[in-house]
Amino acid sequence: MTEETVVAAGPPPIVRIVTQRFDHPDSHTLDRYVATGGYEALRKALAGSPGAVVDEVKSSNLLGRGGAGFPAGTKWGFTPPGVWPRYLVVNGDESEPGTYKDRQLMERDPHQLIEGCLLACYAAGLSQCFLYVRGEMALAQERVAKALNEAYAAGFVGRNILGSSFSVDIVLHWGAGAYIVGEETALIESLEGNRGMPRLKPPFFPAAIGLYGKPTIVNNVETLSNLPWIVANGADAYKQYGSETSPGTRMFALSGHVKRPGVYEVQHGVTTFRDLLYSPQFCGGIRDDNRLKMFIPGGGSAPWFFEEQLDLPLEARPVGAAGSMLGSGAIVVMDHTTDAVKACLRVVRFYARESCGKCTPCREGTNWLETILQRIVDGHGRPSDLDKLLDIGDNISPGPYPAASWTDGGLDAVPFPPRQTTICPLGPSSVAPVVSALRRFRPEFEAKITKRSVNIPLHVEREGTRV
Amino acid sequence: MARLEPANVEIAHEIISRYPRPKSALIPLLHLAQEQDGWVSDEAMVHIAELVGCTPAEVIGTCSFYEMFKREPVGRYLVNVCTNIACQLLGAEDLLHHAERTLGVRAGTTTPDGLFTVEDVECIAACTEAPCLTVNYRYFYKVGPGDFDAIIADLRAGRRPTRCAAEPGEDGEIPAHGTLHRVRQSIPGDRRAGNADPDTAGEPAWLGAGGAS
Repeated sequence: MTEETVVAAGPPPIVRIVTQRFDHPDSHTLDRYVATGGYEALRKALAGSPGAVVDEVKSSNLLGRGGAGFPAGTKWGFTPPGVWPRYLVVNGDESEPGTYKDRQLMERDPHQLIEGCLLACYAAGLSQCFLYVRGEMALAQERVAKALNEAYAAGFVGRNILGSSFSVDIVLHWGAGAYIVGEETALIESLEGNRGMPRLKPPFFPAAIGLYGKPTIVNNVETLSNLPWIVANGADAYKQYGSETSPGTRMFALSGHVKRPGVYEVQHGVTTFRDLLYSPQFCGGIRDDNRLKMFIPGGGSAPWFFEEQLDLPLEARPVGAAGSMLGSGAIVVMDHTTDAVKACLRVVRFYARESCGKCTPCREGTNWLETILQRIVDGHGRPSDLDKLLDIGDNISPGPYPAASWTDGGLDAVPFPPRQTTICPLGPSSVAPVVSALRRFRPEFEAKITKRSVNIPLHVEREGTRV
Repeated sequence: MARLEPANVEIAHEIISRYPRPKSALIPLLHLAQEQDGWVSDEAMVHIAELVGCTPAEVIGTCSFYEMFKREPVGRYLVNVCTNIACQLLGAEDLLHHAERTLGVRAGTTTPDGLFTVEDVECIAACTEAPCLTVNYRYFYKVGPGDFDAIIADLRAGRRPTRCAAEPGEDGEIPAHGTLHRVRQSIPGDRRAGNADPDTAGEPAWLGAGGAS
């Protein structure tokens, strides 16, 4: 496999690893995949021991691309010894607002994902793989189904793969429309045929007790899509891209008020938000050369960033220390014509609609937040509403918000004392836009309450925003 | 309206056989019922309960949780307009209002001729192509009001809409509501590795040997 390198001034050179075949119209076929080095990594892996693959991936320090950013190789090591079977569940339930990468990887290079699944199964001793594709993605399901059929026929998947003792089935599973299923324990519940409600954790994470109560590795589509390249080219080659703590590349979906919205694969950890938003190679600036008002750095769940955070590198640690997260690689850009209150309402409404209803603070709280914000937008807000919003937020996610998600000790996967009164992070996510918007744009909220300003469509351009 | 037809029962058994526990096939089977009838009827759910060996209450419990399952008939074309943040920033509210006005229905309801159901949906993962919509889960990108009218006119005339259409599926058609992907996974019997039964499966062979070769 080869990577394309384009040297440019300004941002670090563009390196394409997971999107390397996207320019071919037939990138989703087995022929194209094999012609461009596909399944060579599998051959290479099968010639060696599973432990060698684990070592290679661990040494590459590949970070999970689903949201939490946990090292993939380390995650595989969390399965309890001697407990069999172990399962691989692929999280292709991409539905975080602003996120558009996994669908591309499934539609345009399904074989890369399949090879990644095989490498993970081989390395971590996983006996069966379930590839969970979001229900709404009909084309992704078609492409993955077709790719699996091709791969089975060619002997890359199934019994005695490539004539070896390695046998594993990859089963295409598809969802039916529920954002919460993107949470790994909800995904497992859904895969067992139940309502997609998250399971209580800690103490037991899916790596210990997952699908059918057995050790289960849940990996994101983009994470697995990186494996063939890493195994084929080696961890050292991977680590020459990106930063030391966040090696390789990562896909970012840039949407909203930019000149050239799109999905860009960039070097992880060294490229900055400013590069992505303003460099002519990427978005090329804000539409109509407007002023940037705010941007969501990592999908709807992430607290908002503003102009002063533009120079942060795209890396979990500094973004986390600044009080937000890279999440699922979704950046939504809003210019100065944007109504902050309405934008906040829209994101909150998403969580109110998608709350699964298991935990009271989220089920009730998200609806309260939406109701109050709607009332403010409609011109019926009350002076006490703003503090009430913060109070409700505090009931879902107690303490000062946002809290740095990274500390010197690493990622606080399970912060103590708890920062949420809910089982999963959906509830606390609804607090992010409220606190972000209120802290920064409180006068806009107050103006809506005192002046009873009318409901204007969000995108309509007008002079300034201080209504 | 009905239980699964014999051909679909066969497909159902094949799907069930891929999972170590039959209940895991519940969501795919509900999709199969929806593919057959355009929606999921009570009779179909009772039938699915028999097939996977759980109670009808469990089936309806799962079915009612997921947005894509319709427990009453909807239009032949389900038009899902995304109004989430990235689309909203570029005019999705206007697009939805335009859809409601031109079709004469409110979001969530169906036109009297049974052709179109309009829905106001959450992010459908095409944020860079905002504002976007799907018709029976086939994508249309950067849709303006005029584009919307053209898409609807094509569907009414029985043509495949090309305006704003994203990559077409394997056969390029927009099937009636209920049919999702038109390529099914099929595992040849002699290529199957077999399910990993959670109760009996042991250490994988390739691990014990210290490698595959």
